Amino acid sequence: MPIKLPFAGRRGEEYPKDLWTQCPDCQEMLYNKTLDKGLRVCPRCGHHFRLRVDTRLSLLLDRDSFREHDAGLESVDMLAFVDQKPYTDRLVAARASTGVRDAAAWGTGTIAGTRLAVCAMDFAFMGGSMGTVVGEKVTRAAEFALAERIPLLVISASGGARMQEGTLSLMQLAKTVGALGRLADAGVPFISLMTDPTTGGTFASFAALGDVNIAEPRALIGFAGARVAAGTIAEELPEGFQRAEFLFEHGFVDMVVARDKLRDTIAGLLRYLRAAPVDKASGNGNGNGTGPLPRSPSMLDNLLSREPSRG
Amino acid sequence: MVDVVTPEPVDKVDPDELRAAVWDRVRMARNVKRPHTLELVKAMATDVIELHGDRLFRDDPAVVGGLCRIDGRRAVFVGHQKGGETDENIRRNFGMPHPEGYRKAIRLYRLAERLQLPVVTFVDTPGAFPGPASEERGVAEAIARSIMVMTGLRTPIVTLITGEGGSGGALALAVGDVVLALENSIYSVISPEGAASILWRSADYSQQAAVAMRLTAAEQLALGVIDEVVPEPAGGAHEHPEEAAQRLKVRIAAQLDTLAGRDRNALVDARYSRYRNMGEFAVATPSGEPQPERPGMLDRIRRAAQFDDRRRRTATPA
Repeated sequence: MPIKLPFAGRRGEEYPKDLWTQCPDCQEMLYNKTLDKGLRVCPRCGHHFRLRVDTRLSLLLDRDSFREHDAGLESVDMLAFVDQKPYTDRLVAARASTGVRDAAAWGTGTIAGTRLAVCAMDFAFMGGSMGTVVGEKVTRAAEFALAERIPLLVISASGGARMQEGTLSLMQLAKTVGALGRLADAGVPFISLMTDPTTGGTFASFAALGDVNIAEPRALIGFAGARVAAGTIAEELPEGFQRAEFLFEHGFVDMVVARDKLRDTIAGLLRYLRAAPVDKASGNGNGNGTGPLPRSPSMLDNLLSREPSRG
Repeated sequence: MVDVVTPEPVDKVDPDELRAAVWDRVRMARNVKRPHTLELVKAMATDVIELHGDRLFRDDPAVVGGLCRIDGRRAVFVGHQKGGETDENIRRNFGMPHPEGYRKAIRLYRLAERLQLPVVTFVDTPGAFPGPASEERGVAEAIARSIMVMTGLRTPIVTLITGEGGSGGALALAVGDVVLALENSIYSVISPEGAASILWRSADYSQQAAVAMRLTAAEQLALGVIDEVVPEPAGGAHEHPEEAAQRLKVRIAAQLDTLAGRDRNALVDARYSRYRNMGEFAVATPSGEPQPERPGMLDRIRRAAQFDDRRRRTATPA
């Protein structure tokens, strides 16, 4: 007969939270150490749990290669925004609970020896929402990639624009995409990795615009959040709608890649995706970029600039 | 039930009064009788030729565009189109574009660039259409691409927020060198109803959300998101559409003339900087408190909201 210990088997503590996690897909109780060893992918159903930014970077980059830039950027409450709580309180609480200053980190690192600029988002910080700081970090990563002519990798995990910064967070879409346009025109490659979730203004800006778009299996990727869609349309949403595989089927991601294959997949891509030589890149303007005309002044430019545009 | 926290009162403005004033603007911006893109273009321009289709899938009736002459200046126009009555509104999908609407816009931007014609965009949408058809044809990609094309377009762009500037679906037509807004227009990152349903978990708080997001034209001016507010005729643009269009025309013409003389590299660089500098943040230092990079926006917006409220009160007959 087994000895009944006083601390074992009490109701509700069968699976203490610090030891066990329930898979939201298949409901299996997973031992945390096993889960971590398996890159936080459910061994039973393959559900990809969300990763914190440091775990994500250590998973993809060469060991100890990451050098963070601009770690000190912090959001400010520009609108004196109050919903059920003031934005300032939400920021303080998010910083305390996550241990990071905002929802993204950027820096440089290497993947299989190839140096690149990388920006990763952290869903744990206010849903990974893009305010001015997140927009600034994506933009600085893109500008750095352009200056150094090294590939850019952005890893999205974000519900979209941060509502507490109003239209100034909406403007981050134009800010980040403007920088990516310059990158594309200059022939510097950009890989977008979409993880669960990549929605709203994040998907409708930089995340959708990779030279190569990669998604993790079953990741939620879509434009309109379920609550917004439900409020606007009465249609029943189809099964698997807004999942990575749906996006793949409709031609908006190049590949759906399981977490344990991501690093090798990106390393393989980077053997092709190198910045074009400078002399050929200037003025190619035919990437997914911003214009058919060369960026440096040419004879055509000089001719056209003399013509008045009214007439 | 959670406690209702009303948005922080702006200095000494009564919160209820402020909420009512802001909601008046939202209702005005959404008024179906308000002149929409085609009505405005036809009233302010001559030789209007509408062009159709994205060359990929179909013609989206929620986005219109084409060629026009504004006080003699040739231009390409693009705008969201709502209907003035129910049948027309259904046909126009209430001004909510599918991806093909944005791809039509991109096609017209490219045309303008090749012909070196300036672009004038009219923004008036609750947002891009959020349904399955829109998602499966890649509305997010279409919006992102449209924004990218606008940020680098080598010809002048003048944007007018004429009614509802609803989120990414609005921004996809709104990356201008200069952004003007009609007095009773609104501009927001998400609809007040959407913000309320997410942040308050109930659409009943739409008015609070509208105040919190600072979506009025005057507040957007203070934030630097728009550059100029164009006053509407007494009672609003829907009372005197012709007069509203004439006022807009004068300001568009002036902006087009200013931009026409610019070197195109300088133009694109200035547009890049305009959006590059949007928003504020602080930089935490190893010792002490984070320092704001550009202080003072909160003061500016407080002043703007007060000013807006005062003007409303004086403009309203007793």
